[in-house]
Amino acid sequence: MAEVHVRKLHKAFPDGTVAVEELDLEIKDGELFVMLGPSGCGKTTTLRCIAGLEEETSGQIQIGDEVVSGLRPSERDIAMVFQFYALYPHLTVRENMAFPLRAAKRPEAEINERVAEAARMLQLEPYLTRTPSKLSGGEQQRVALGRAMVRHPKAFLMDEPLTNLDAELRADMRAEVKHLQQRLNATMIYVTHDQTEAMALGDRIAIMNKGNLEQLGAPMEVYNRPASLFAARFIGSPPMNLIEAEVTNGHLTAAGGLQMTAPEGLSRGQKVIAGVRPENFTISATGDGVQGRIVSREALGDETIFVVECQAGLFHVRMPATARFDEEQVVAVRHVGVAPPAYDPTTEKVVSA
Amino acid sequence: MSRAIVAEGISKSFGDVEALKQLELDVPEGSFFVLLGPSGAGKTTTLRVIAGLEKPDTGSVYLDGIDATKATPAERDLAMVFQSYALYPKQTAAENITSPLRARKMSKSDIDERLKRVAELLHIEELLNRYPAQMSGGQMQRIALGRALVREPRAFLMDEPLTNLDLKLRVEMRTELTRIHRSLGSTFLYVTNDQVEAMSMADQVAVLREGTVQQVGSPTEIYDGPVNRWVATFMGSPRMNMLECTANGRIEGEGWSLPNPGFKVSGDHRALFGVRSEDLSLDVRDEATSLSGTVYAVEPLGDRTLVDVEIGGQRVVIKAPPTATYTVGEPVRAAVDMERVHLFDAESEQAIARR
Repeated sequence: MAEVHVRKLHKAFPDGTVAVEELDLEIKDGELFVMLGPSGCGKTTTLRCIAGLEEETSGQIQIGDEVVSGLRPSERDIAMVFQFYALYPHLTVRENMAFPLRAAKRPEAEINERVAEAARMLQLEPYLTRTPSKLSGGEQQRVALGRAMVRHPKAFLMDEPLTNLDAELRADMRAEVKHLQQRLNATMIYVTHDQTEAMALGDRIAIMNKGNLEQLGAPMEVYNRPASLFAARFIGSPPMNLIEAEVTNGHLTAAGGLQMTAPEGLSRGQKVIAGVRPENFTISATGDGVQGRIVSREALGDETIFVVECQAGLFHVRMPATARFDEEQVVAVRHVGVAPPAYDPTTEKVVSA
Repeated sequence: MSRAIVAEGISKSFGDVEALKQLELDVPEGSFFVLLGPSGAGKTTTLRVIAGLEKPDTGSVYLDGIDATKATPAERDLAMVFQSYALYPKQTAAENITSPLRARKMSKSDIDERLKRVAELLHIEELLNRYPAQMSGGQMQRIALGRALVREPRAFLMDEPLTNLDLKLRVEMRTELTRIHRSLGSTFLYVTNDQVEAMSMADQVAVLREGTVQQVGSPTEIYDGPVNRWVATFMGSPRMNMLECTANGRIEGEGWSLPNPGFKVSGDHRALFGVRSEDLSLDVRDEATSLSGTVYAVEPLGDRTLVDVEIGGQRVVIKAPPTATYTVGEPVRAAVDMERVHLFDAESEQAIARR
C-alpha cells in the first residue's frame, strides 16, 4: 500500500461552482482516512479527483511515488469500492474476484495466484465455488473487497459504501470494514456524510465544509475539541450544547448563573460560546446547579436523553437509563467533567487552548 | 383511560399478499402510541384501515367505543400527517394551514383564532406569510402538522412524518412532537420503522411484523423484556447480541460457559443466549460470569466506544467507556450482567421465562 498526497487541489466546474478550494491532505500508508461533511462540501469531488474520475482545475495528486495527474483511473493503481453488493450474482466467488484480472487479460497462472492470495487474506477459501446469494452480508462484502484487492492497488477509495444498507447491516459492515482494513494494513480513503460512521472507522477524520478543510484529527480529538462551531454541530448526536458564556473568575458563566469549568487560553471578561457535550451535564431532583425544566425525555434503553430548558437555553443531557425524571419536572442542572472548548462568537473558531 | 382507537381482528389482503392477519390494536385516549416495524410489516395498511382509506376484509374499527368500520374518512374525524408534506405551492403557510377550515366554510374570525393558536403551539408565527418554496424541510413539516392540528380532530394518524428530514432536524422534531402531544393531550397514532423514534417518543409501542402484532408495551418494557428473538433484535441499537447455546444447569456455547441464572429449561435445550451491549463489560470482576474472546474491531463513537469481540466464531458488540483502547486480535474477557440476560428457544424463538 502507499501514501496519498493531495496538494493545493482546486476544482471548479464549468458553471463556476468551486467544489474544492486549495485543499492539502496527507494520507499515511496503512491509514483509514475518512472525509466527512454534508452534501456539497467537496468530499466526493476530492475522492473522484484522486481516482481520476474528475480532472483537477489545479493542484497535484501523488499516489505512492507517482504524481498521477493526467493518468487514467486504470493507470493509477487504486481500487474504487462503491457499493459492497455490486457482485455478479451468476458468477462464483472465485470468478467474481478474478473478473478485473480477466478483463485486463492477465495470464491464467497469475489470476489463480492473485485470487488464492486474496481469498487467504480475507478468509474466503471455503466459499470460492459458491455464488454471492449463498453468502452472508459480511462475506459478500469481503468478496467485493477481494475483487478490488486482486489488482494489488496502492489504495482503496470508498464512496459511501454502506449508505444504502439498513441500519442493522450497516453496523455489522462497519465493524467488518474496520477489521479488514487493520488486518490488511490497507490505505483506505473513505467518504461519508454519517458522523457515526466517521467516528467508528477513521484513524483520522477530515471534516469538510464548502470545499475547505474545517478540521483534521483523530476521532476523539475531533469529538472532544471541535475546531469550529460547524464541526461542533456536525459531530455527535445529540449535538453539542452551544451556550453563550462569559469568562469570570475561573469559570465560564452563562445566563441564570450556570457555571462551567473555564478552559485555558481565555482572558477574563471574554465573551465566548461554550461547547458542552450532553454527557457533560447532569441533572438531579435537588442539589447543586441552576434550575431547569424537563421538556422531553427520550428513553433509548441503554441511556436516556433529557431535553432541559434553562435560562441559558435548551440543553440535551445524556443520563443513565436508570435516571427517572418526568416531563415538566423542575430539576437542577450542573456541568461535570472537563472544561468545555470555547468558541469566538464572531469567527466561530475555537479560542480555548 | 378510555379507548380512543380499537382495531379488532383486522385482516386485509392485496391479491395474494396478506398484509394484515387478525390484527388487534387498542390505543388509549391521549396516548402517544407508536406502530413500529420494518417495511412490509403492515403499519401503513393498519393506519389506512383506521383512517377509512382502506376497507378491511374482516374485522372492525371502533373510535371512542363506536363501530366506525363503515364510516367514511370524513366521518371518522381523524387527521393524517404523511412524510411528504403535500403543501399547496401557491399558498402561503397560513393559507395552507387554514385550507381544511375554509373548505368547511368556517367563519373568518374562528379561522383566525385557530390559526393563531396553532401558530403559537408550533412556534411558526414568523413563517405564516411564506410560501413552501421559501421554507426548509423542517419548516414545511411543521406547516403540514399545523394543517392537521387546526382541524382539532378526534386523533392524529402520522405516517413516518420525520423520514425525509436530516438527522439533526429529526432529533429536534422528536422533542417538538412530544411537546406538542403533551400540550394538546390528544391521541397520536404514529407509524415508523425507526426504533429510536419509538423508544424516544412513545407511551406505548406495538411492534408489528408480517401483519401481526408481536408485542405491546411501554418502550422500556419491550426493551427489557422482549417476547421473542425478533423483537429483541429489532428494538435497541446496537441490536441485542445473540449466541447459539445449549442450556441446562449451565448455558454453554462454543468456547464459553456460564451458570444458568434460573431460566426454566429441561434436558439439554438448544437456545439463543441474548445479551445487550451495555450489559457486557470489559471490566471483569468475576471470571465465573465472563466470556473470553478476541477483539475484532474497535469503534470509538465519542460518548462510548463499541468493541466488537469474537467469541467461539460468533461476534458480540460491547459498549465500553470512550477512553477504552484495545487492539485488533487482543484477547479480552467480557463480564456478563446475569440479571439482564435473555434466553430464546432455538426453534420457536420465543423467550424462555425464569424461575
